[in-house]
Amino acid sequence: MVRGADIVVRSLIAENAEFIFGYPGGAIMPVYDALYDYSDQIKHVLTRHEQGAIHAAQGYARVSGKVGVVLATSGPGATNLITGLADAQIDSTPLVCITGQVAAHLLGSDAFQETDVIGLSMPGTKWNIQVRRVEDIAPAIAKAFYIAKTGRPGPVLVDITKNAQVEFGEFNYEPCFGIRSFRPYVTINPTAIAAAAQLINDAKRPYVLYGQGVILANAEEELKRFLDKSGIPAASTLLGSGALSQDHPSYVGKLGMHGNYAPNLLTNQCDVLIAIGMRFDDRVTGDLKRYAKQAQVVHLELDPSEIDKNVKCAVPVLGDCKQSLPLLTDAVNSNTHHEWFQKFRELDKEEKAAVMSYDLESTHGGLHMGEVIQLINQFKDENAILVTDVGQHQMISWRYFHYKESRTQVTSGGLGTMGFALPAALGAQLHDFKRQVICVVGDGGIQMTIQEFGTIMQTKAPVKVVLLNNNYLGMVRQWQQLFFDKRYSFTELENPDFIKIAEAYKLRAVKVTERHELKEAVAQMILHEGPFFLEVVVEKEDNVFPMIATGCSVEEVRLS
Amino acid sequence: MNRYTILVYTENFIGILNRITIIFTRRGINIDALTASESRLDGIHKITIEVTVTDEQIIQLSKQIEKVVDVIKVYYFMDDEVVYQEIALYKIPIESLDPGLEKVIRQFNAHIIAAEKEFVVLEFTGHKEDTQALLEILKPFNLLEFSRSGRVAIAKPKFSITEYLNNQT
Ligand SMILES: Cc1ncc(C[n+]2csc(CCOP(=O)(O)OP(=O)(O)O)c2C)c(N)n1
Ligand SMILES: [Mg+2]
Repeated sequence: MVRGADIVVRSLIAENAEFIFGYPGGAIMPVYDALYDYSDQIKHVLTRHEQGAIHAAQGYARVSGKVGVVLATSGPGATNLITGLADAQIDSTPLVCITGQVAAHLLGSDAFQETDVIGLSMPGTKWNIQVRRVEDIAPAIAKAFYIAKTGRPGPVLVDITKNAQVEFGEFNYEPCFGIRSFRPYVTINPTAIAAAAQLINDAKRPYVLYGQGVILANAEEELKRFLDKSGIPAASTLLGSGALSQDHPSYVGKLGMHGNYAPNLLTNQCDVLIAIGMRFDDRVTGDLKRYAKQAQVVHLELDPSEIDKNVKCAVPVLGDCKQSLPLLTDAVNSNTHHEWFQKFRELDKEEKAAVMSYDLESTHGGLHMGEVIQLINQFKDENAILVTDVGQHQMISWRYFHYKESRTQVTSGGLGTMGFALPAALGAQLHDFKRQVICVVGDGGIQMTIQEFGTIMQTKAPVKVVLLNNNYLGMVRQWQQLFFDKRYSFTELENPDFIKIAEAYKLRAVKVTERHELKEAVAQMILHEGPFFLEVVVEKEDNVFPMIATGCSVEEVRLS
Repeated sequence: MNRYTILVYTENFIGILNRITIIFTRRGINIDALTASESRLDGIHKITIEVTVTDEQIIQLSKQIEKVVDVIKVYYFMDDEVVYQEIALYKIPIESLDPGLEKVIRQFNAHIIAAEKEFVVLEFTGHKEDTQALLEILKPFNLLEFSRSGRVAIAKPKFSITEYLNNQT
C-alpha cells in the first residue's frame, strides 16, 4: 500500500513524464512530499508563477511532441493556470495539469483556498475530472494522458482532493488505450480521396495551405512527398511554419493578417484550395464572405467540427493526414505549375520592394526588428527553435525567421497570450539543452512573466532572450496609428533598466542601440554557452506590413 | 430557423451536462428546453435538448457536442422526425371548480391528479402548443401555478446506441 501522493508521482513516471513544471502549496503538499523521493526518476522545475509553469509545459510539449505536465495547488494556484489552459486548448497542445484540492468533506464549504477548478477550467480543457478517492487517482491520470495526446491534442486537468493524496491504496498502473465514448480517429474514406484527387488533377491553379495539424500528425514527410509529386504551391499558417522547409521548391510563403503578400492575395485566384491540418482562423481568412469564393475547397482535417465551420468545402477528407496524404499522393498526377508559381514570384517582388527593403536593408535611422531576425538567421543552427511573444516582434520574427525544420516554431497563435514566450522558451530549452532556443519578446510582454528569469537562472537553461524594445505596446500602437487617428491612448511605456534586471538574475546581458554593434552582439549571443539577454533598441513607430485590416478581404492585403 | 430536438447519449459522469450547455452559452444560443435522464442502457444517460436554430447552427452544435470526450453519440431531428411529449401541471383554487372548468377538463382530456382542501392539480400532456392553449384558457380561472416539462422524445428513424457501441474501431 502506498499513499495517494506516491500514486500520483508513480503514475507520471509510468507515463514516461520527464519533467513536471509546478509550484507548491497547501493542497498539493503531499504530492510535493512524495516528489522528494523520486527526484532521480522525474525532474521537477520550480517556476516563479503557475502561469510560467503551464507556458513552460506548453513550450516543452510543442518542441518535444510529448505531453507537458503541470502541478499546482488549489485556489489561486489553479486559477493561475487558466490562461495557459485556454492557450493550449486553442493551439491544440497536449498537457496534463494536476491541481490539489481541499479535502473532499470540505468541498462546497468555501474552505480556505477552495475554488471550483472543475467549473473554471471546463471551457479551457479538452477534459477534466475531480478525484476524491485514492483508488481513482491512477485510472484518472491514465485517462488524462490518453485524452491529452490522442486525436486532436489538448489540455486536460485532474483535480485531486487532499484526502485522496494522503489515503493509502494499491499501485498497479494500467495505461489507457481507449474510451468507448471517444473516437479520436476515423477511417479514411476512399471516395473522398478519389474526389479530392479528381479536383486536384483537373485544377489549373491548385493551392495548398498547411497548418499545425501536419506537425501534430507527424506528417511533415507525407506533406513533402505530396508536394514533390503534385508540384502545387504551398503556403503556411503561423503555427504550420516549419512543417515544410522554406527551401522546398513548393514553398511560397506565409498566410494571414501579417503574412506574405502573394500567398494572401492569390488565395482569391486559385481554382482548387487544399487545406491541410488548418482551421481557417479569421486571422488567415479575413472577410469570409470574400474568401476564396472562386475555389473548390478540399479540407484534410482530423476534427469533424472543423469541417465547414468557417469555409464550406467541396470535399472533406476526414482523418489523420499522416494517412490521408499518402493516399492522396498516390491518386494525384505528377505535375508542375510553372505559370502559376510565376504569379507568386512576381508579387513577391512587390513585397520585397515595398516592405522588405525597408525592414531589412535600411542603412540609417533607427534599427528595425527585421534586421535582428535576419542576423539571427545568419548565425543560428538549422534546427534552432524560435519562441516568440505576442505583438509586432512576433509577426516580424515569424515573417523573417528562416524555418527549415519542424517543431522549431513556438508561439501563442490562437489566444495571442502576451507573457507566453519567456516561460515557453524555458520549457523548450529544458527538453534539449543542446538545441538553440531563441526567445524574441517585446518590452510589454516580457514584463508579464519577467519573473521567469529566476527559473532560467536556477535551471541554467541556456535560452537566448532577445528583447526588441520599441518602448511601446507596439502592435496596439500600430492599430491606433492606422485606425484610431494616431491617438496613442496608454500604449507608451516607461520601462525599467532591463539590463540591470537581467544581470540581477545572473544572465549575461548586452544592450544594442546602434546598427554597427548589432551583428557582433547577435554572434556573441549565439556563441555564448549559457543563458543570454540581448536588448535591441528599435525604431519606436515602425509598422508591420503587409497587413490585412480587420473586415478586409485577403485580396485587399496592403503593403503600406 | 427551425425547431430541432437534439438527442445526446453520454456517460453518466459529473459535469457532463455543464460541458454540453456551455457549448450553447458560448455561442449565445438559447436552449428552449432540456431534459436529462437515464437511458434504457445501464450507465448511459440521455439528454434531450430542444433548440431553435439555423440549419448551419444545428450541424455545428451537434459536432461540438459530439466532440466532448464523454459524449457517446449525438443525433438531431426536425419536429416531424420525432415523437415527443411535454407534460404540464396546473394548480387551480377549489373555488374555480365550476361547470365551465369541468367542460374544459373534458375537452382537453386533462386529469385531476391531486385534490387538496384549497386547490386541485390538473395534468395535461401534449405538444407545447396544446399545453399552452390550456394555460391560456385556465388563466381566468385564477390559475395559481403552472409547470411544464422539457420535451421527451423518441426518434422515428432507426438507430441503435448498443450497435454503435459494439462497432468500436
Ligand atoms: C495578455 C494580453 N494582454 C493584451 C494583449 C493585447 N496586445 C496584443 S499585442 C500588444 C502589444 C505588445 O507589446 P510588446 O510586448 O511591447 O510587443 P510589440 O508589439 O511592441 O513588439 C497588446 C497589448 C494580449 N495579446 N495579451
Ligand atoms: Mg514593444
